[in-house]
Amino acid sequence: MQQDYTKEPSLVEGRLTIGEIEELIAAPLDSRPGFKYYLALTITTSVMLVGGVCLALSFWFGIGLWGNNQPVAWGFPIVNFVFWVGIGHAGTLISAILFLLRQRWRTGIARFAEAMTIFAVMCAGIFPVIHTGRPWLAGYLLPYPNQHDLWVNFTSPLVFDVFAVSTYFTVSLVFWYVGLIPDFATLRDRVVESGVVSKIKKTLYKVFSLGWRHSNRHWQHYEKSYMILAGFATPLVLSVHTIVSFDFAVSVLYGWHTTIFPPYFVAGAIFSGFAMVVTVLVFVRKIFDLEQIITIDHLEKMNKIIIATGMMVGYAYGIEFFIAWYSGNPIEQFVFINRAFGPYAWAYWIMVSCNVLVPQFFWIRKIRRSVPLMLIVSLLVNVGMWFERYVIVVTSLHRDFLPSSWGHYAPTLYDAGILLGSFGLFFTLVLLFTKTMPAVSIAEVKAVADGAQPSHREEAD
Amino acid sequence: MERTSKLNGVAALFETPDEIMAAAEKTAEAGYEKFDVNTPYPVHGMDDAMKLPPTKLGFVTLAFGLAGALAMLGLMTWMMTIDYPMVIGGKPFWPLPAFIPVMFEATVLLATVVTVGAMLAIYFKFPANAHPLHDTDYMRAVSKDKFGIMIEAADAKFDELATVEFLQSLGAKKIEKIREIADPEPPIFSKRFVLLLAGVFVAVALGTYGTLNKALFYTPFDWMSYQPRVNAQSASVFFEDGFGMREPVEGTVARDEVLYEYAGAETHPEIPVVNPLAATKENLAEGERLYDVYCSPCHGYHGAAESRLRKQFPLPPSLHTEKARTWEDGDIYHVIHEGQNTMPSYARQLTEDDRWRVALYVRALQRAMNASEADVERASEEASDE
Repeated sequence: MQQDYTKEPSLVEGRLTIGEIEELIAAPLDSRPGFKYYLALTITTSVMLVGGVCLALSFWFGIGLWGNNQPVAWGFPIVNFVFWVGIGHAGTLISAILFLLRQRWRTGIARFAEAMTIFAVMCAGIFPVIHTGRPWLAGYLLPYPNQHDLWVNFTSPLVFDVFAVSTYFTVSLVFWYVGLIPDFATLRDRVVESGVVSKIKKTLYKVFSLGWRHSNRHWQHYEKSYMILAGFATPLVLSVHTIVSFDFAVSVLYGWHTTIFPPYFVAGAIFSGFAMVVTVLVFVRKIFDLEQIITIDHLEKMNKIIIATGMMVGYAYGIEFFIAWYSGNPIEQFVFINRAFGPYAWAYWIMVSCNVLVPQFFWIRKIRRSVPLMLIVSLLVNVGMWFERYVIVVTSLHRDFLPSSWGHYAPTLYDAGILLGSFGLFFTLVLLFTKTMPAVSIAEVKAVADGAQPSHREEAD
Repeated sequence: MERTSKLNGVAALFETPDEIMAAAEKTAEAGYEKFDVNTPYPVHGMDDAMKLPPTKLGFVTLAFGLAGALAMLGLMTWMMTIDYPMVIGGKPFWPLPAFIPVMFEATVLLATVVTVGAMLAIYFKFPANAHPLHDTDYMRAVSKDKFGIMIEAADAKFDELATVEFLQSLGAKKIEKIREIADPEPPIFSKRFVLLLAGVFVAVALGTYGTLNKALFYTPFDWMSYQPRVNAQSASVFFEDGFGMREPVEGTVARDEVLYEYAGAETHPEIPVVNPLAATKENLAEGERLYDVYCSPCHGYHGAAESRLRKQFPLPPSLHTEKARTWEDGDIYHVIHEGQNTMPSYARQLTEDDRWRVALYVRALQRAMNASEADVERASEEASDE
């Protein structure tokens, strides 16, 4: 079969006009939420409430309700923190790195992925704060002048983390909002049947559009600023998970103290983030009829990134064992053999099979382009990546340097409830987002539609 | 929005991106300067067609990115190197490599936030919901799928009839005259907005005060202040003897402890131990210090039973009795070590050398309080020598 590979296929399927694109994306915002929406919201908020109750109990009775104790002092809170921060890496990667690489297909999924980034970082932020046991004292993490003349320890990766995650959240939020301004203006100007869109909603669109006029004198600076933001967000997204990995790698503990951790963590974060984006997008494109905008081509490209990053993660697993053997250090060798064949071998092999073996199915084009199958794979990848953090945190800690201090870690129901609650929070925010803001960037998708850009000079003349 | 009859500009709509490109180019060539193109998305090449100079936004980013890095470096240097230098993890007082991550984050934060803030507030003069273009059919069209060009009345070349004709000659599908808004007062100075700001100020101030000074002292946030533990010197209902502080387990040997041969002897044997320390100035001074701390509360500063705990604790006998003065040094040591009557053992508070120093000082006290003629003469001689 002869194909012309020099011409990119249309990013928007079905020859939609610019106006139709807008109608499609704005449709969920122009209608009042129905029964199913409220049902979904009830479920997610209930799940969130479970987490809230577990948290409240934890603070009333103390965090002794959790499974963490010596020697595994990090347990679930840190596992969940790293997991959610990892999820939060896909959004900025899609919106920043793919933007710099001129991957125009990012337009269909960027907005949603960015929103997921922000929600995931919000979920992540809960965990280190509650892990301290006294979250109301979190203000001490900031270097502020105080009568003790005491400053935070700027040489500690835990302090780097505070700065990295809060910067990441702020910059992601700014990036997201800058992208939303033209869309808010479009929603403000949309003519819809009266009474369908509430006046409050219209007013909010007007307020948040800041008076955007689609002026080219603005677009000029706007595009530049978007480029600048992408340029900064790219090293930022790499730095954040690098610094998260420093939390582990800078400590002198076998199984953590390895130089491969930063790239290994970043690859894992992108891997898990893309899996989560695919998981959620599969539903969103179906429920909101966005299949022509978030096409199967988009999903296939994401699946290719999943297999690529999955292989990187697999390589990291392998090289950790190689270095343990090659270093000739018997303690490090013990740690890794214990990881794969010790009391937590089950977690290790769940991790390896979900993260390394399952994505291999994506070598087959049919599976890459099949929605139910890619959903299964991406869900398994999410499970595997959660277990990766579990394996890293728990197996390295439960065998202390002194065999007399060896212990076993088992989470309690409260740990599980809080993890469940974080998923509830995440999906509640996702649901609220899909009904109040355009889940796909209207202006950006318009700009990549067929015939949206002036024809090439030579052709036009 | 209420509008006056005054003209703000003339706007024309086009159907395709090619048309708007051509129109923008011709408008710029015709000498118009105060005109704008409104498109639902950025159209490539429009900046050149409109003859716009390149944006200088990047310089703002550069300046504030550098400022972020340097400010953070300065801040950390001051905190960690100058204000409170401390050795942490064997790093130097100015651990530059450890500063890099936070410097990088500060660079990114300041550069991006200020770039966006400057773009919106200074370049775009946002929020600007009172612009004449808002709430017009023209705006609704370019917000969706049309491409528009708008020539302002403020332009030097503007003439109502001629400009409309010019736009028609470009092939405009629809032309709309934009009127000025009646009340152009920026909402930022409106009474309601100022009141809102005042309200926010009061709420934030009260919220901060309430959180830091009230909320943090409610249960369970105050649990650090009330913990179920026994404080030093306090009673305990748990232990039979009622003491909160516990004795070490029997047979515990402290570091550097020398086992005492006559431990447990009830009466005074003639302890055949002589004081191994010389009566030097240092030993006597240290003996005085220790005596004042441990012995003087009951025995008094002069050892004459002038107890500061009178009526609270049984009075001990004076240290200047005939019996005490004829004791060997070893007997004094023995009493310190073993206790006597109501006096507990001070073996745990005083080391072996310290006990001998106290014994030396007790001897000095005894001699001073019961001085002979010869002692007085010698003391006065020494005093006159100095």
